[in-house]
Amino acid sequence: MTLSEMLALLDGVAAEELTGWVARGWVRADEGAAGFEFLDIDLARARLVRDLRRELDVPEPAIGLVLSLLDQVYALRAQLRAVLDQASPRG
Amino acid sequence: MADDPYQILGVPRTASEAELRTAYRKLAKQFHPDLNPGKPEAAERFKRINAAWDLLSDKDKRARFDRGEIDAEGNARGPERPFYRDYAEAPGAGARGAHRYQAEGMSAEELEAFLAQAFGRGARGRDRRGEDMQYTLTISFLDAVNGVTRRITLPDGRTLDVRIPAGTEDGHVLRLRGQGAPGIGKGAAGDALIEVAVAPHRFFRREGDDIVITLPVTLKEAVLGASVEVPTIGGPVRLSIPPGSGRGTRLRLRGRGVGGHGHQFVDLDVVIPPGAEPALAAFLRDWTPEHPFDPRAEMLAEAEA
Repeated sequence: MTLSEMLALLDGVAAEELTGWVARGWVRADEGAAGFEFLDIDLARARLVRDLRRELDVPEPAIGLVLSLLDQVYALRAQLRAVLDQASPRG
Repeated sequence: MADDPYQILGVPRTASEAELRTAYRKLAKQFHPDLNPGKPEAAERFKRINAAWDLLSDKDKRARFDRGEIDAEGNARGPERPFYRDYAEAPGAGARGAHRYQAEGMSAEELEAFLAQAFGRGARGRDRRGEDMQYTLTISFLDAVNGVTRRITLPDGRTLDVRIPAGTEDGHVLRLRGQGAPGIGKGAAGDALIEVAVAPHRFFRREGDDIVITLPVTLKEAVLGASVEVPTIGGPVRLSIPPGSGRGTRLRLRGRGVGGHGHQFVDLDVVIPPGAEPALAAFLRDWTPEHPFDPRAEMLAEAEA
């Protein structure tokens, strides 16, 4: 997905806002010849950031902290699931 | 109505195909309409069991149901926006690009130490005790006091005869060992926990092992005394009311409480004759009490203070 494709799917997010998120590392993108290249997961991530800002009123400086905590939770959940999969008699 | 097919078959969401098939066969046998000619509801149940089996026996459909893409009737759910969680939590190696946002979890050593401490070193074994299952059973007041045996049907179709001992109190939990969910591997089955709810009785109240009842008596019985029939939890008995009783008089029927330990207490409630009683009225008009008193004296004094 290109930047403009992303923006079309991200209702109400301006280009500079999204590139700002990429610059801060909240949303990742590959840099192709034609500019940013986004994956589906990046779109979902950008929507999460938008929801945090717009709907949940999380202040800008706190977004990085929220995302970092979320990533840690997901990592722990993945680890626990991996342990469960190993321990359970059925794969 | 789209019920959870796992619940209909009485299996956990993690059930293997073999477990599903066993559960399905058992229920299908039990509720097949031709084997239950006298039970019209069996056909409906059988239909639902079959629908649940159709969905869950199809690997592809089951996976889609588990992911919430289709409901129990196999209808697609509206196209939902994929949330970040769906990618972060994607099974297996994760969604494409998931590593971009991967945080460090616990280190392998940390995790190992945590598990060893939490579950003991052998925690990777495959035997696990089955879960306890919770049920509620409502019984009448007299059944609770005198004891009763009730047959209950579990969601998986099994029936259990539950013996409720005499004197069981409201909220008491009976534990039936080994009647819960089956264990995994060599693990023992869980227990069935049955919470007993006791419905209130119109006349009897319970205070510990004692029974309390409010007994209406006529004015004449209260003033002159009488021998009257009183219900008890073991059937009616005679009680003599001493002359000069009234509201606030509490009489005791020894040994008529729960399990023969407690007593039954009888609180009297004096009832004024319902119709006009000119003779009584005339008598009261001319009557000067020998011990005049004001029943409200104490109340007025205390309400002032």
